Amino acid sequence: MEKSALVIGGGIAGIQASLDLADRGIKVFLVESEPTIGGKMARLDKTFPTNDCSACILSPKMADVGGHQNITVLSYSEVLGLEGQPGNFKAKILKKARYVDEDKCTGCGDCVAKCPTKKITDQFEFGLATRKAIFIPHAQAVPRIAVIDPDYCRYLTEGKCGVCMKVCQRGAINYEDKDKILDLDVGAVICATGFDVWDAKIASEYGYGRYPNVVNSMEYERIMCASGPLEGHIARPSDGQTPKRIAFIQCVGSRSEKKGWKPYCSSVCCMYAIKQAIIGMEHLDGVSTDIFFMDIRSYGKEFEDYKIRAAEEYDIGLHQNARVASIDENPITNNLYLRYSDGSNEPAVKEFDLVVLSVALNPSTMGQKLAGTLGFDLNKYGFCDTSTFAPLETSRPGVFVTGAFAAPKDIPTSVAEASGSAVKAGALIATQSGWERAKPKEFPSEIDVEGQEPRIGFWVCSCGINIGSTVDVDSVQEYAAGMDNVVLSRKTMYACAQDTLEEIKETIKAENLNRVVVASCTPRTHEPLFRNACKEAGLNPYLFELANIRDQCSWIHMHEPEKATKKAKDLVRMALAKSRLLEPLDKGVLPVAGSAVVLGGGIAGMTSALDIASQGYDVHIVEKTGELGGNAKRFHYMEDGKDVKSYLNDLIDKVRTSDKITVHLNSEAENIEGFVGAFKVKIPDAEIDVGSVIVAVGGYEYKPTEYKYGADDRVMTILDFEEKMAANQFNGKNVAFISCVGSRNDDAVYCSRVCCSSALRSAIQIKEADPEANVFVLHKDIRTYGFREEYYRRASELGVNFIRYPEDKEPVLNEDFTLMVNDTILGDDVVLSPDALILNAGIRPNPDNEQIAPMLKIPLSKDGFFFEAHMKLRPVDFATEGVFLAGLAHWPKFMDESIAQASGAASRALTIISSPTYETEGVIAAVNDDLCDGCGICEGCCPYHAITIDDIGGGHLRANVNEGLCKGCGSCVGACPSGAMEQKGFKGAQLYAMIKAALEE
Amino acid sequence: MTEATVSKTEEWEPKILAFCCNWCSYAGADLAGVSRRQMPPHFLVIRTMCSARVDPEFILDAYAKGADGVLVLGCHPADCHYIGGNYRTRRRMALLEIVLQQYGLNPDRLKVEWVSASEGEKFQTTIVDFTERITELGPSPLKEVQ
Repeated sequence: MEKSALVIGGGIAGIQASLDLADRGIKVFLVESEPTIGGKMARLDKTFPTNDCSACILSPKMADVGGHQNITVLSYSEVLGLEGQPGNFKAKILKKARYVDEDKCTGCGDCVAKCPTKKITDQFEFGLATRKAIFIPHAQAVPRIAVIDPDYCRYLTEGKCGVCMKVCQRGAINYEDKDKILDLDVGAVICATGFDVWDAKIASEYGYGRYPNVVNSMEYERIMCASGPLEGHIARPSDGQTPKRIAFIQCVGSRSEKKGWKPYCSSVCCMYAIKQAIIGMEHLDGVSTDIFFMDIRSYGKEFEDYKIRAAEEYDIGLHQNARVASIDENPITNNLYLRYSDGSNEPAVKEFDLVVLSVALNPSTMGQKLAGTLGFDLNKYGFCDTSTFAPLETSRPGVFVTGAFAAPKDIPTSVAEASGSAVKAGALIATQSGWERAKPKEFPSEIDVEGQEPRIGFWVCSCGINIGSTVDVDSVQEYAAGMDNVVLSRKTMYACAQDTLEEIKETIKAENLNRVVVASCTPRTHEPLFRNACKEAGLNPYLFELANIRDQCSWIHMHEPEKATKKAKDLVRMALAKSRLLEPLDKGVLPVAGSAVVLGGGIAGMTSALDIASQGYDVHIVEKTGELGGNAKRFHYMEDGKDVKSYLNDLIDKVRTSDKITVHLNSEAENIEGFVGAFKVKIPDAEIDVGSVIVAVGGYEYKPTEYKYGADDRVMTILDFEEKMAANQFNGKNVAFISCVGSRNDDAVYCSRVCCSSALRSAIQIKEADPEANVFVLHKDIRTYGFREEYYRRASELGVNFIRYPEDKEPVLNEDFTLMVNDTILGDDVVLSPDALILNAGIRPNPDNEQIAPMLKIPLSKDGFFFEAHMKLRPVDFATEGVFLAGLAHWPKFMDESIAQASGAASRALTIISSPTYETEGVIAAVNDDLCDGCGICEGCCPYHAITIDDIGGGHLRANVNEGLCKGCGSCVGACPSGAMEQKGFKGAQLYAMIKAALEE
Repeated sequence: MTEATVSKTEEWEPKILAFCCNWCSYAGADLAGVSRRQMPPHFLVIRTMCSARVDPEFILDAYAKGADGVLVLGCHPADCHYIGGNYRTRRRMALLEIVLQQYGLNPDRLKVEWVSASEGEKFQTTIVDFTERITELGPSPLKEVQ
């Protein structure tokens, strides 16, 4: 029996886990309780810290899931049970009645337009908009299929109406639909149920639910979003007026022992509030924005810069250490008065037009239910229980977890860990005897169209009434019939429906068509469908062309039917003009070496190597020093009741005993050549041929030059302290910690993420060993994000003293070893006399990065860490295909984060090396050797380093495009001065033909 | 150099070509459609994978063949699907504007704009505003040359 993977939850984490498994050749069932996948991310306007449009970056991934041959999306479904053992589970799934036949519905929306119900709360918009009883969740929904809400449908509740059934020309409405139970054979399970939004009504002092102009942050996200209910016009709910003064209140529901509040930090709110503040400033002229917070936790990659920009460039008021006690409302103006204590503990009141509550991330209710159904443990906060050393595993073997269901976390962390969970789940399936990689679908051999006159088959679609009610489809059909090379011209009610697709296939064969043109909707969603139909009929899929006469014609010119019809003809004429010049394209197929090299033998590198080896592929670890272990060799503390040292030794043992892993110590990559599938890594004693490269070269603890470090034995870093403590050589009675030594300064602007928590863990250790010891922590902010907030609480309980000093006034260590610090709360200097001074030294990038980056043609960030392909959705990938990233080489992070990310990098590498071949893009650049002079302008244009200028002898130079690296943007083509560079599928001649066709009457 | 004026006949309607990149601006145009945003019909979209594929010669050719205005729409800076194609577009189009001026064509007949996949409204206002602008400028003087 073939085993699939079961992914529960179709948000960004579930999407990424599914895609990684599917790309690795494993079949996936993706179960989502809502009618569409996309989760919370589909509701966001922009994402921090790049302000990327969320829809722009998520929609392509959703479409990939929808069209992937190895993924079955079970939307509007829930998991009822899981029997069996790892590798051999049986899952029971409830598929809820949708009352719409998924195979027949084309998502045209005619039923939604005619449904007589209204004013039903739209959950997708968090209640800010209404919908009908039959609805499509949103424009980018996957699957884009209608669903009937049985609680409001007049036919289902009263037996009357039936309008949707009458208008649906596909006969897709089925009022008799029933819930179904499915039994699935699965080898492994991934839970990615995400988080819930904390109910801000619990914070009754802020008036959420009573005061109309107090909204929560998710609602505000929809208010800002161009595709949201207000179309991106920020307005007050009370009167629709544009707010002039907006306040953000942080930690609403987080970091508090109050009843119903959460003791943990929700990890993402500081950054999303800054993002929302910045976007608000961009939307609204002259708006003033204030953020009230305790500590601003900008600990992630590029976050500190983002915060600084918010304050300096956008002039956003950042009120540090300000707690808002309550909000009062002026009942006439609905304006709001914030009562708060400012940084110096003085009470203050400020008036605002709109208040946004940065609400906590709650553990997912769906996930909690699942814990009961599947039988795994939750932690004390109600999130899925995991451990530092197995951050992706639940307590039930074979069931893995990823994303915000394990802890509040941001999107890139969720995405990296989703890949990690995929490699764990994959290992249980791909190693079973008899398992085979899902084979690509087989297609009939291609018809040779070389040298033939174009024979175009043309179909125009009415899309129910979506096109037909505006555009005169008959007239378009007739028009196309009269065009050159058009062999037949037909109209259809739904071009994308199965019957028309069959008709297209049969007609290609019967009429010897060598081009197909369809005038219907957008190629972004429907081109793959029609191309597939061509392939199934033996026609090269690149001989298909689509004219978008719905989204970009009938829908936007609804009141001008004549002009819309003329425009539809123009668009058809353009598509026909291009189609005559289309050529069959082949995707290049490159051989792939089924092995990888991991640069760096620390915890991240070893974890990546073991995960790749666990699926049966060879790995080489190239380690610069004489032993494995990296930074963790200096760790001397316990995590989850286990000594880090013993974990490290176990890990090294596993690497040493694996017959798939070769370790090269005292080795560095001297040169790396090649590209995806075929890298040549030169090390001193060998040349290794591999299909993929993982960069896990780590970072290091900053060696302070401040505070007499190195000159006075009483001064130490945290790692020094740990070593002393472990050797029973620490006996400080008056201990001071200084935070941000070597971070958040002119040398290194960024926050090193781990130092606050490590310092507090050490402070707790000191107080627990010696309750009489005086411990002071001198800090700018305390950034114990997520569940690490517990360190902060515990340290406070034990009597650790916290002194906040201003960002621009570092503490001063005097000659007599007294320490002078400016206390922001007292507003005055305090003098301490420590006998031990512990410096929270930051993390710095590996200086070797400078040599490695050019060898792999990968970039470094301005801080010197490696810079991934996309900070949000490709966190462990590089723009250079086949090269991946993990651990401190990416950014400072904790051990559990490194482990999860390293598994993620392994998963990404396996999507490449598990296949014997790599298929290149079809639409790539190609050089016409007769025209190319080798001037090299194209080479500098290429963001993927796919072009080289080669000497072809006789003093002649030619550009050469590496098919494995080219992504098909066409930037080089647009720049080529001699017309030698061409983009397949978007050739100059094809585009000129479209321009000509567009401008002729 | 100022543009030669061409008299508008009554039946004259502007002809506008809009180059849209596949990932952001074409998606934004689709969203305008899904949201049923109405706009004047005098423009035709040509899709390229990236705005950087738009060879400045395409635009010169479009004017030569009778276009009254050309739009080049791409992803917002830093949002480019292909890392930085839109930055190249921005530079190339800035140069092209100078060339247009030297040819005696009003550079206002060319507009570069960034439209994201969620900005259906921005696509609409871009089309509305540009159509208005071209209507005011009148027929391209190159039409006479034809």
